[in-house]
Amino acid sequence: MQTPNAAHDTTSTPEDPGKLMTGAEMLLECLHREGVDIFFGYPGGVTLPFYDAVYDSHIKHILVRHEENAAFAAAGYARATGKTGVCCATSGPGATNLVTGLVDALMDSIPLVAITGQVHSKLIGSDAFQEADTFGITRPATKHNFMVRNVAELPRIVHEAFYIASSGRPGPVLVDIPKDVFQARGHYKPVDSIHLPGYKVFTEGHAGQIRRAAQLIWEAERPMVYAGGGILAGHASEELKELVELVDAPTVCTLMGLGGLSSSHRNFISMPGMHGSYASNMGMTECDLLIALGTRFDDRVTGQLGAFARHARVIHVDIDPAEVGKNRTPDIPIVGDVKRVLQKLNKVVKEFEPEMRATNANARGAWWDKIRGWMEQHPYDRRHDDSVIRPQHLMDEIDRLSGGQAIVTSDVGQHQMWAAQLIRFNEPRLWVNSGGLGSMGFGVPSAIGAQFARPDKLVIAICGDGGFQMSLPELSTIATHSLPIKIVVMNNGCLGMVRQWQTLFYNNRLSSVALECFPDVEKLAGAYGFTGRTVDKPHELAEALETAFRTPGPYLLNVTVAPMENVYPMVPAGGAVYEMVLGPPQPVAVE
Amino acid sequence: MLQTISILLENKPGALLRVTGVLSARGYNIEGLTVAKTLDPELSRMTITVDVEERLRTQVIKQMNKLVNVLQATDMTESPSVIREMVLVRIKCAQENRTAVLKEAEIFQARVIDSSLEGFAIEATGVTEKLDEFIDVMRSYGESDVSRSGAVAMSLETKKLRLQPPVPTGAGAQTL
Ligand SMILES: Cc1ncc(C[n+]2csc(CCOP(=O)(O)OP(=O)(O)O)c2C)c(N)n1
Ligand SMILES: [Mg+2]
Repeated sequence: MQTPNAAHDTTSTPEDPGKLMTGAEMLLECLHREGVDIFFGYPGGVTLPFYDAVYDSHIKHILVRHEENAAFAAAGYARATGKTGVCCATSGPGATNLVTGLVDALMDSIPLVAITGQVHSKLIGSDAFQEADTFGITRPATKHNFMVRNVAELPRIVHEAFYIASSGRPGPVLVDIPKDVFQARGHYKPVDSIHLPGYKVFTEGHAGQIRRAAQLIWEAERPMVYAGGGILAGHASEELKELVELVDAPTVCTLMGLGGLSSSHRNFISMPGMHGSYASNMGMTECDLLIALGTRFDDRVTGQLGAFARHARVIHVDIDPAEVGKNRTPDIPIVGDVKRVLQKLNKVVKEFEPEMRATNANARGAWWDKIRGWMEQHPYDRRHDDSVIRPQHLMDEIDRLSGGQAIVTSDVGQHQMWAAQLIRFNEPRLWVNSGGLGSMGFGVPSAIGAQFARPDKLVIAICGDGGFQMSLPELSTIATHSLPIKIVVMNNGCLGMVRQWQTLFYNNRLSSVALECFPDVEKLAGAYGFTGRTVDKPHELAEALETAFRTPGPYLLNVTVAPMENVYPMVPAGGAVYEMVLGPPQPVAVE
Repeated sequence: MLQTISILLENKPGALLRVTGVLSARGYNIEGLTVAKTLDPELSRMTITVDVEERLRTQVIKQMNKLVNVLQATDMTESPSVIREMVLVRIKCAQENRTAVLKEAEIFQARVIDSSLEGFAIEATGVTEKLDEFIDVMRSYGESDVSRSGAVAMSLETKKLRLQPPVPTGAGAQTL
């Protein structure tokens, strides 16, 4: 039986009633129209009618082994392509399992559409079997969410969901669909336009502000570009490169923005922030103009806000008006799509070039000298050791083999920071990590999404021994599809990042961070039918990685590394970025 | 200082929670809230009274404006506006005080809406501080029960409403 509401059909018009379809079929049709060819999910009772339609669809469904990983895989897909990722879960536990993945996408502005089943409309509110208030639970976990009340509104809502997820500042959108809506029949007519009067997308940027920005950029003696994930979300890498080259500005890319400017570009300094490079943080501190592009002055980047970029005037370009002025009041706020704004800005910068180029040439030369000096004085530690594999050695080798070309997904912890510091990304969308939420268990499932998105690419999943064990079930998904993902476990025998803080700030009282009993990876991978290997000798590392990357199909490489290494530089939480600790001995004083 | 925020939003399920969620997620307690549909029955007008720190006020308004269901959120505290609240008071009063209570009600331009041997039900509207006083005065005459509406606000200037025009399906992906 269907509720009167669900059975009621308002899409038909006397002229053309449209094709008669079930809600499940309509959903697939809408996914198809949105260009979806793959999605990740896990079925259940209330999504049975949907999965029955999926059986006949050409859209590929990838059965993951846990719903959280469906969301992470969809996010991996989205991060590697820029296209909207799609995941699906059943009501109740299926939907609640998605939540971490939704918040991850929300924090990192990743376009995601999540479809959840809901109990039959008649049963909503009755504490029915596997009923959860998904609409309520996911409200603060999404950019927007919908509950579909009848089949007539289903197509419109699905298209609205995709539009909201992928436009403006991207984010996750959830569509909760009761079982009877999947089953109900209605006349389907394609939705041609979307009207969301309250949903404001700011794209153009204020022309006057853009001119003022160009003026400031030429007037600056010590400019610094601070580029964030918005460069990737906004597909603005080309425009960023043009600006950086036009004015020869030193550039840092945040953890989310790595690859926005090629790591091999001569103007690329490194990553700023808590574990950023000395030169990046000193550059931010000493610059007189900070050009912030698609970034949000996150606390992990700024450290103590009052001391951040203390001498600088700030130009802040972001598509989200709520980010502009949130943490730092800019001198020139520009709300707009970073690609559009940069296109216009570059034009004005070029227009001013003839009269301005010479203005500060000397000062800028000196600025570059200073920055190069910082870079040479305190580069990242990549030292190798003869007796034990240092984590930095591992990342250094991966970097050498990748040559800035591989997709690297990461889990969360020390290995993530070393990977971000030491591995080059010469294109956008090669570096896939959970930046804002910092969710362990992200590395492996996001690699699944990325590998499906980019079958042509070498995909390396770098995990800690902790986070890897959070995503163990997905080895099965990888094996099922023979995905040639190379999982590299940086095995330090502990929850390294937490251990580091206990060492540094809690008198080395190591509480609940030891990870005893790591599985034998040969047997573990063998159980799934692929190769696993442990390497612990520094001189074997290069060969082990080469073999892993060359071997067709999945590979699990467990690398035993020095357990007590700490990630440096490190800005102590709440400290000013120029107070960063450079290594085990002493903090450097800055005049 | 209390902040009064006026919000024009779509009359849709969950819309109210999204707006109040902006405040509750930041740990703010809502002092007053009124909401009802507007001339256009698809829209509601909501007034929220809340104590938000000075430096976060614009942020809160921006976050509300970002909500898909919100057409416009405006800080009424600093713009020319009228803000009124209504209160219903049920007062038990002794025989000898009845005339005095009626006199006080008249001073506050309140209206008696029910009268019984035990006392009165009285309705008053006004600015919040005035109603506070009215309630104090009433309570001095006898046991009172009070139900307040929370503030409703109306801006005295017409604010231009920026609405997003319709877009073709699939428009979000066009930047690719
Ligand atoms: C889901 C989740 N739980 C807890 C944390 C807190 N946390 C951050 S890093 C970390 C240690 C991770 O250990 P491991 O995966 O071995 O990586 P390592 O730091 O050793 O490289 C923990 C527990 C987290 N980020 N995510
Ligand atoms: Mg570890």
